[in-house]
Amino acid sequence: MPVSLPSRSPFLPLAAVAAACLALAGAVAQAADKVKVGFVSTLSGPSSALGVDIRDGFQLAVKLNGGKLGGLAAEVLVNDDQFKPDVGKQLFERLVKRDKVDFMTGVVFSNIMLAALPEALDSGTIYISPNAAPSSIAGKDCNPLFFAVSWPNDAYHEAAGAFANQRELKSAFLLAPNYQAGKDSLSGFKRTFKGKVIGETYTKLGQLDYAAELAEIRAAKPQALYIFLPGGMGINFIKQFVGAGLGKDIQLVLPGFSADQDVINPVGAAMSGLFNTAHWSPDFANPANQRFVAEFQKEYKRMPTLYASQGYDAAQLIAAAVRDVKGNLADKPAVLKALKAAKFDSVRGPFKFNSNQYPIQNYYVRTVGGDGKGGLVNKSFSEPILKNHGDAYVGDCKMK
Amino acid sequence: MDPVFLLEQSLNGLQFGLMLFLLTAGLTLVFGVMDMINLAHGSLYMVGAFVAAWLQQLTGSFVLAVGGSVLITAAFGMLLEMGLLRTLYARDHLSQVLATFALILILNDGVKLVFGTDLPLSAPEALSGPVQIAPGLPYPSYRLLILGVGVALAVVLYLLVARTRLGALVRAGASNRPMAEAMGVNIRGLFTLVFGIGAGLCAVAGALLGPLLAVQVGMGEHILILAFVVIVIGGIGSIRGALVGALLVGFVDTLGRTLLQQALREVLPPQWASAAGPALASVMVYVLMAGVLAFKPQGLFPARG
Repeated sequence: MPVSLPSRSPFLPLAAVAAACLALAGAVAQAADKVKVGFVSTLSGPSSALGVDIRDGFQLAVKLNGGKLGGLAAEVLVNDDQFKPDVGKQLFERLVKRDKVDFMTGVVFSNIMLAALPEALDSGTIYISPNAAPSSIAGKDCNPLFFAVSWPNDAYHEAAGAFANQRELKSAFLLAPNYQAGKDSLSGFKRTFKGKVIGETYTKLGQLDYAAELAEIRAAKPQALYIFLPGGMGINFIKQFVGAGLGKDIQLVLPGFSADQDVINPVGAAMSGLFNTAHWSPDFANPANQRFVAEFQKEYKRMPTLYASQGYDAAQLIAAAVRDVKGNLADKPAVLKALKAAKFDSVRGPFKFNSNQYPIQNYYVRTVGGDGKGGLVNKSFSEPILKNHGDAYVGDCKMK
Repeated sequence: MDPVFLLEQSLNGLQFGLMLFLLTAGLTLVFGVMDMINLAHGSLYMVGAFVAAWLQQLTGSFVLAVGGSVLITAAFGMLLEMGLLRTLYARDHLSQVLATFALILILNDGVKLVFGTDLPLSAPEALSGPVQIAPGLPYPSYRLLILGVGVALAVVLYLLVARTRLGALVRAGASNRPMAEAMGVNIRGLFTLVFGIGAGLCAVAGALLGPLLAVQVGMGEHILILAFVVIVIGGIGSIRGALVGALLVGFVDTLGRTLLQQALREVLPPQWASAAGPALASVMVYVLMAGVLAFKPQGLFPARG
């Protein structure tokens, strides 16, 4: 108490305010006692496998850190968006406003994320995307609070086009569902592919029987076939493609998520020998990845997918930022700076953020082969097909 | 136009049409005779596929799985008819639609509880590859099997309806139910049996298409809309109409998805063709239905003269 000052001193109120401010600042400078993460993903319904893997990867990272992220006790609030954008938006609002989380993460699908994202960003909450990374947020809608720890939506398709060039495939047939992501993905392939695109067919979203398209592909006689058919559509197409005997003459190239563990298991032996492109593979030899793959199998008794690796890396990114600001989560500029520096050992190997906070990383060709125990698993070629690759939209982003 | 391409597309259209026929045969009779709109018909297709997948896991045999699934689904269909649907015959269409829509939701969740959201079902190993049916055309052997089963069942069903006493009773019921009842036909018992046969045919389609498509909750709704289109085109209550309607829909959908888009590319500028093609292909079936209804409001082969 400043009792030594004369009671009528004009300095008294001022000093009291100053003291109070100092006391407050002191409290702020202290580390928070825990880190709260709001996790919203698709955890039920036919499309739930991806969200479940992201959640399991994220929780594994927390568990391996002894329930902490970057030295602070971690509280992860897991919620199911039920594959519905409106539910996702409500969950975001609740987690940000009522639970006052420090970070939001988890969403698989870009349509749900785009609907829910303003709830987080508009109230200054950081979003770490473990999967969806649409081109709009890479470009003109880029945001200092948004970090994509996965891969830009176009990247796998650009890598596939580059792979077709490397294999000297001269003609390609492209197939995708008739919606925005389908068109974007095929334009990604065409951006890098140097041969001739001799056919481009758009099907109904959710189509299950591809007999008519397969006949068209047979008649067009392309050297390469590239498909963007996420989820069950891809499983059906690959089964029918092999059943129709087209695999002998046509090189089928897939984006990594159409040839991941969740597709390999239902399709079975037909997957053997197919090529696909991705930023991660379970056989990467870096120590971080070897630990992740071994611990994931021990914990969940199954092989991790791309999505699991992305969930794991999202948790690692948060942990690194919390560690680097010494738990002082109230200092938002410092947290953002630490996130952007991304000082952690990613399971994918070399990784850094571009100025739009989308990744710059390597992309690899993987091939499906036996795991020596009767199952099938992805194996990567050691040389990346795209090295230190960013995205085509960074020029439209005003962040520096 | 490449003849191999046309042949392959015709086979695809035929195969799709025959599967649609199996799905609609039971539906059209129930709709035509009992004047009952059963939206849950697609759910029987789902139940058939799930039961087949479950039996394949138990026995390891595809043939046993399909056969067992047909019997179990037929029994399930008859129980459903006796226990619930029968009470709806006298109600108006709105009540029927509401009740059977509720049944879709209940069966979806019921299947999810019992079997999970999806099950693997695979074709026999011997049929996993293609066979050479013409120079330059290897065709999936499993699709040929589906074709064969579809043709055989269509013939059997035709003979059953056109040449047997049971078929005569069904036709009598379809063309004039009160008169058939006045003549002493037990229409109720007869249509429990018809419902069971219809459910069994759904199970054949579900079990055969399972390895090509996917056995998952909600697969029935997808196909139900097309089944109603087939019935409306063919004429309500007519087996012959269901067959013709199903084949028409099968061909129009298959050829629309490819030939129509190719034709558009020849006559329209590329950016128009790529925008209009997929959109037009997905509504071709409904254009066909509208066209048929414009000239034949009762459908092609109406059961009631």
